[in-house]
Amino acid sequence: MTRALPIAPPEPSGRAPRRSSRRATAHPLAGALFVLPFFLVVVAFLVVPLGFAFWLSLSSKSLARGTRFSGVDNYVRAFTDPLLLDGVVRVVLFGVVQIPIMLGVALAGALAIDAVGTRFARVYRLVAFTPYAVPAVLGALMWGFLYSRTFGVFADVPVLFGGQPVDFFSSSLLLVSLGNIVTWAWTGYNTIVLYSALQGVPRETCEAAVIDGASPVQIALRVKVPAIRRAVSLAAIFSVIGTVQFFTEPYVMARFAPQISAGYTPNLYAYNQAFAYSNFHYSAAISFTLGFVVFVVAHVFVVVSRRRGAAS
Amino acid sequence: MTTTTGSRRRSGEPSSRLAHALMAAGVLYFVLPLVWIVIAATKSQPDLLSSPALWFGREFSLIDNVRRLFREDGGVYGRWLANTALYSGVSAAGATLLAALAGYGLARFSFWGKRFFETALLGMIMVPATALVLPTYLILSKTGIVNTVWAVVLPSLLSPFGTYLVRVHVTESVPVELIDAARVDRAGELRIFLQIVVPLMRPAIVTVFLVTLVATWNNYFLPLVVLSDADLYPLTVGLTTWFNTAQQEAGTRQLFDLVITGSLLAVVPLVAAFVLLQRFWRSGAGSGALK
Repeated sequence: MTRALPIAPPEPSGRAPRRSSRRATAHPLAGALFVLPFFLVVVAFLVVPLGFAFWLSLSSKSLARGTRFSGVDNYVRAFTDPLLLDGVVRVVLFGVVQIPIMLGVALAGALAIDAVGTRFARVYRLVAFTPYAVPAVLGALMWGFLYSRTFGVFADVPVLFGGQPVDFFSSSLLLVSLGNIVTWAWTGYNTIVLYSALQGVPRETCEAAVIDGASPVQIALRVKVPAIRRAVSLAAIFSVIGTVQFFTEPYVMARFAPQISAGYTPNLYAYNQAFAYSNFHYSAAISFTLGFVVFVVAHVFVVVSRRRGAAS
Repeated sequence: MTTTTGSRRRSGEPSSRLAHALMAAGVLYFVLPLVWIVIAATKSQPDLLSSPALWFGREFSLIDNVRRLFREDGGVYGRWLANTALYSGVSAAGATLLAALAGYGLARFSFWGKRFFETALLGMIMVPATALVLPTYLILSKTGIVNTVWAVVLPSLLSPFGTYLVRVHVTESVPVELIDAARVDRAGELRIFLQIVVPLMRPAIVTVFLVTLVATWNNYFLPLVVLSDADLYPLTVGLTTWFNTAQQEAGTRQLFDLVITGSLLAVVPLVAAFVLLQRFWRSGAGSGALK
């Protein structure tokens, strides 16, 4: 299936006009040629795979009848599959709690760095960012060890006070444990992004607020935070995109917590449909739906926040 | 280091103390797992199980662990390390090159379909990468390059975010007049790009390189799906297979200490790269992500 989207740069058609000696404009094809290699990769690894997945999702394979066209059956199945819907609800719940916490901590960190500007602030900036360089798999492994009773530190803390050890892998705490891993990994990255945005806030605005007698905390909340609203909402979009893809952490954590089921998150479900059950057609439908939903949500988010930005 | 601009609060004020307290708590939180893994990598497996998690064991076994790490399974860890370096190095270099060319092309040229492509580019950034992995696998399995180096490297060349970042950077910091002047002097387009534009957009290029390097170095889902030969695994996939074995054969084979030492060695190169190149990514994170 090669259903290319109509986003092609111009085909090299016709002969290029000859260079005149004093011409200061670019060759008409130059720009397109610069973009061409990237464009080819986009076609090969974005447009074609998505197109193929879509085509695949429109058919089904069964032992009795072989592979045959089945229209939207796979999508109907996806939207009514209780296992998949379970995963969707879980991931939404996860995002609704984890994203605000992560961005809140990141915002507080960015404001703190911006407000004090000491050497310690620079140390904090670097240390907070370090987890970004740690592969998600290894981050999840490290936290898995840290949560465990045998290797870790936290599980036995209540025992010191005569209580029961904490089971971070129990069903009730599992999402919290996973949320902590993601928060650890991505807070620093978001801190840097928000801090960079704060650097763009005009110093005069803050100075004016100081003259008006505003306290540093007031300046942070009333002047700086509103000024970087767009950066915050962009960070939120990227966090939402990341959350929808939630895969690596639960996949690794399943070694510690066997109750992480095949459908714990939608992406895990798509993976298992393909590789555990060899159900590629259904898996393609789930992947395609996931990608599409994120795409739409992200765009609505961008449009709304832009419109709001323009209105105020 | 960026110099701090004026009107900073003096330390000692209550709000400054609050900020420092917040940051101190944050530092503890962010370094804790790293401190743990550094300490754990110095322990033998019996020490791992018996000594306090955040303090050293009876003997210092780091060197012994590293030696065993590179000998286990016929030295497969060294292969994984080399694979990871190869995949991420080639992918990052390629993706950066494509992004630099395309970002410049979009920022400073006009051609048919450009506006549409730019709008589509924003959309591409929003397409979740892992939603592409299974479709990519399905396509690659048709072409027969599944379970080869190419199956990891080629899809990793796609970096719409990198292209976008370069485009923003060029718009801001490569003056049109400079390019026009070079054209009047009859410099070729490629020469203008290499000699004038590339030096001016170095911060963006370093940032894109680092971002794509981290993305491939840390990638797990793509290699997990497209590779089945253990000799081709990158560190992330290799170490998790060891970890699985460690759990299944906990009684007979000592692997936890190797998984831990191996994880530490896998993390060090990137952390070092980030510390050394801080001034680049910091300026880049601001220019690209926020427009």
